Amino acid sequence: MTEVWLVVALVGVGTVAIKAAGPVLLGGRPLPPRLAGVIDLLAPALFGALIAVQTFGDGQSLVVDERVIGVAVAGLAIWRKAPLIVVVILAAAATAIARAVS
Amino acid sequence: MAERTFRDGVKAMAPLIVAVLGFAISFGVLARAAGFGWFAPIVMSATTFAGSAQFAAVSVLGDGGTVAAAVAAALLLNLRYGPIGISVAPWLTGGAWSRFLHAQLVVDESWAIAAEGEGRFNRRVLFGAGLALYVAWVAGTAVGAVLGQALGDPATLGLDAAFAALFLGLLVPIAKDRMHVIAALLGAAIALTLTPFTPAGVPIIAASAACLLGLRKRP
Repeated sequence: MTEVWLVVALVGVGTVAIKAAGPVLLGGRPLPPRLAGVIDLLAPALFGALIAVQTFGDGQSLVVDERVIGVAVAGLAIWRKAPLIVVVILAAAATAIARAVS
Repeated sequence: MAERTFRDGVKAMAPLIVAVLGFAISFGVLARAAGFGWFAPIVMSATTFAGSAQFAAVSVLGDGGTVAAAVAAALLLNLRYGPIGISVAPWLTGGAWSRFLHAQLVVDESWAIAAEGEGRFNRRVLFGAGLALYVAWVAGTAVGAVLGQALGDPATLGLDAAFAALFLGLLVPIAKDRMHVIAALLGAAIALTLTPFTPAGVPIIAASAACLLGLRKRP
């Protein structure tokens, strides 16, 4: 539980600082283009990693289980432009059903 | 056209509120499933106010990652608010305290609504849209965190797959060109390669190195 509160506190303080940095400290000076290009790719890289680990990771081993079905259904729903909450519910439901029948 | 106001910001946000509430409820439920209890997710939404980073922190810690790995994953995701903050900075007139408050209400959606073209931003619209979003985000989290208590075993409900589905839903809209897609695939490859050899959380942080592709000159 202490770990949870540490994460909440540190992520909170860090995010507030990052958001305030531009408007309060830098006063609108632009970033060098190469640095901006690197920061632009941070979110896709991290999302890719999180998707991979949340789909195939099981502790320190990699497994293919019912989650793959859930993520595939999510991909289909995203492709059909479903809202995020619908994507999440469909993925969970598909995984739960696959688990129940296997 | 008359200059847009605080109220215009709230109005522009209104159609998105349902989606934000859904996103926030998911956060409350999934944070709870990851062992965050009911109170910590609400406090986190109220103090951090950056959805994807909150999901990342919860997912890394829930997977058995360390505090350092969870915090690093979240803050790396939030680094994009550096350039976003710089883009709105010239338009946030007023004292340091006012600029600080406005800066906290900048998230992807309020930033997009406050944009007026040619790099200009309306700070009243930003404040209205940001505040509406903030209220929905915290309220939705509270609903999800409390609701999560009534739900049963996360694995039986398939909630473990919901994290991957959610991150996929966040990735697709920002994967605007080929470089974004390559960065995502490289990030996934790095993470999967490292998973058997490193403690939980480390593969995610290491995968952020894929962003160095951005050093290459774009065609």
